[in-house]
Amino acid sequence: MTAPRTLYDKIWDDHVVHQAEDGTCLLYIDRHLVHEVTSPQAFEGLRMTGRTVRAPEKTIAVPDHNVPTTLDRVSGVIANEESRIQVEALDKNAKDFGVNYYPVSDVRQGIVHIVGPEQGWTLPGMTVVCGDSHTATHGAFGALAHGIGTSEVEHVLATQTLIQKKSKNMKVEITGSLRPGVTAKDITLSVIGETGTAGGTGYVIEYCGQAIRELSMEGRMTVCNMAIEGGARAGLIAPDEKTFAYCMGRPHAPKGAAWEAAVAYWKTLFTDEGAHFDKVITIKGEDIAPVVTWGTSPEDVLPITGTVPSPSDFTGGKVEAAQRALDYMGLTPGMKLTDIKIDTVFIGSCTNGRIEDLRAAAAILKGKKIKDGMRAMVVPGSGLVRAQAEEEGLAQIFIDAGFEWRLAGCSMCLAMNPDQLSPGERCAATSNRNFEGRQGRGGRTHLLSPAMAAAAAITGHLTDVREMMAETV
Amino acid sequence: MDKFTKLTGIAAPMPLVNIDTDMIIPKQFLKTIQRSGLGKNLFDEMRYTQDGAEIPDFVLNQPAYRKAEIIVAGDNFGCGSSREHAPWALLDFGIRCVISTSFADIFFNNCFKNGILPIVMPAEVVAVLMDDAKKGENARITVDLEAQTITTSDGQSFPFEVDSHRKHCLLNGLDDIGLTLEKAAAIDAFEAKNKTLHPWA
Ligand code: SF4
Repeated sequence: MTAPRTLYDKIWDDHVVHQAEDGTCLLYIDRHLVHEVTSPQAFEGLRMTGRTVRAPEKTIAVPDHNVPTTLDRVSGVIANEESRIQVEALDKNAKDFGVNYYPVSDVRQGIVHIVGPEQGWTLPGMTVVCGDSHTATHGAFGALAHGIGTSEVEHVLATQTLIQKKSKNMKVEITGSLRPGVTAKDITLSVIGETGTAGGTGYVIEYCGQAIRELSMEGRMTVCNMAIEGGARAGLIAPDEKTFAYCMGRPHAPKGAAWEAAVAYWKTLFTDEGAHFDKVITIKGEDIAPVVTWGTSPEDVLPITGTVPSPSDFTGGKVEAAQRALDYMGLTPGMKLTDIKIDTVFIGSCTNGRIEDLRAAAAILKGKKIKDGMRAMVVPGSGLVRAQAEEEGLAQIFIDAGFEWRLAGCSMCLAMNPDQLSPGERCAATSNRNFEGRQGRGGRTHLLSPAMAAAAAITGHLTDVREMMAETV
Repeated sequence: MDKFTKLTGIAAPMPLVNIDTDMIIPKQFLKTIQRSGLGKNLFDEMRYTQDGAEIPDFVLNQPAYRKAEIIVAGDNFGCGSSREHAPWALLDFGIRCVISTSFADIFFNNCFKNGILPIVMPAEVVAVLMDDAKKGENARITVDLEAQTITTSDGQSFPFEVDSHRKHCLLNGLDDIGLTLEKAAAIDAFEAKNKTLHPWA
């Protein structure tokens, strides 16, 4: 009998093509997702060396980072010259190399990490890579998924493999159930608050426990999405009936007998009793509150009921970092988080741009108006999410409340397109990074859940969504 | 990646120390979608005025050095950011070898990935090579990777060190991709097995 293995061990073992004496492995890649910003030089490299894409049928390209999300996009012209060139390059590369492609004009276009699962490209037990750090999202399916650099993009295009050394195993268990008003976003931010942004460095995290099992697939994607913010190479959740139900019938999921065979295999993908974890973290689901970030690192997390910390609350290098963050964010220690005024609300990104996220925000916004002078936008994660939200009447709720209803893309998550904050502008965002300048030079970002973002849009300041839920019930 | 075996070419003298990657390729050229095509902007701010006119004094603008394939440089060449655009720009201009007393670590690694040979030599040898390079286009320097020697235009020869694995890769034009492709049979076998085991993948 073989020794008990973790979920990560099992997926790893099933993908080793070759192992060198020093432990370096050649790992087979099942799905390679590609976007316009980190791929042009990789495709160019193939051209220069006369190489081809080894498995175009396993390669999926979609423009997302640079694309405008305003409605005039349908006219087909991207005003920013450099963005336009990058998108056009992807158009051409996808065509020349014959990879699967969802152009801007396709209703299935969206953020690469939302499109992959939606189209059934991402399946349990697979290895998934993309020239993007938030590839960790796909771990929600029990797929080993992580970001890679441009040289590695080229390596995967040419060989369908990646040169890798194995990471260590970490278990993050969320026991019990979440309380009302607490979401997957609050779990993932709370975990980073606990471990710090480097706590996961060198590890692959498996999230488990009752609270994780109780999450929908959308919620699980939110949790895994931010594994990278905790420094981990990847995040994983063992597949279960919910996973199978989500995958079934998706355009690129197996059908018929192949489906049965796949499910039989997927059911073997769990951590064996007694398998070794190098690090274990346990958090009680009941203890997690709706959280927000106050600083410029995703680890700067506090329950919404808290107050802005003082640099003296910290030790070591974090003292200086906290001071710098407070200065950048324009906050005073001791001030209540709920007193922080918000100028802009952004709902979207690969963290929280899925249908369930829009439902959660719309549930808070229904019949209400956003605060006077507030700038608020919803950027659905894909064209299909957008279409579904329109069908469910969510779009109208957002529009009636005063939100802009945008087309799909990364948008203000990284502000590479025209959706940017101006200096000093303060934003409640459902995205994943609050770094200095992330949403525009001088822009101030508070990360939170979609429901919390909706609450802030109504009141004009950071707000405990639970109070609003009490009102609406 | 092109092989590097033996090169006899014009060497441009750049005695400046701390030539950083910002000098090699300024940041406004990083928005490109290509690795190629950066040669025209190599050393852009040292090479051109603000309105794009060539600065005649700059070494690569001088008739003798417009076709240089080697750079002999001062200490700490390639310091600064990790941008792989720096070796891309050098290569696109036609530079295949840089000789200095020292290199920044990341730049040094990036060179090998792109078929450029960076050579570390003691200061006194760099001084000899610098003088030779200053003689202009008739003074060709020969770099023989197989033999691990640099020979000046007047026949003085100096041995140099290079990591054996990297030497192997350069001599055979192998990058990581090239090396992985040597294992194509293993990849084929994996795919064949996977077709039976996990046909949906
Ligand atoms: S939505 Fe944001 S985090 Fe996600 S892929 Fe786009 S830019 Fe990256």
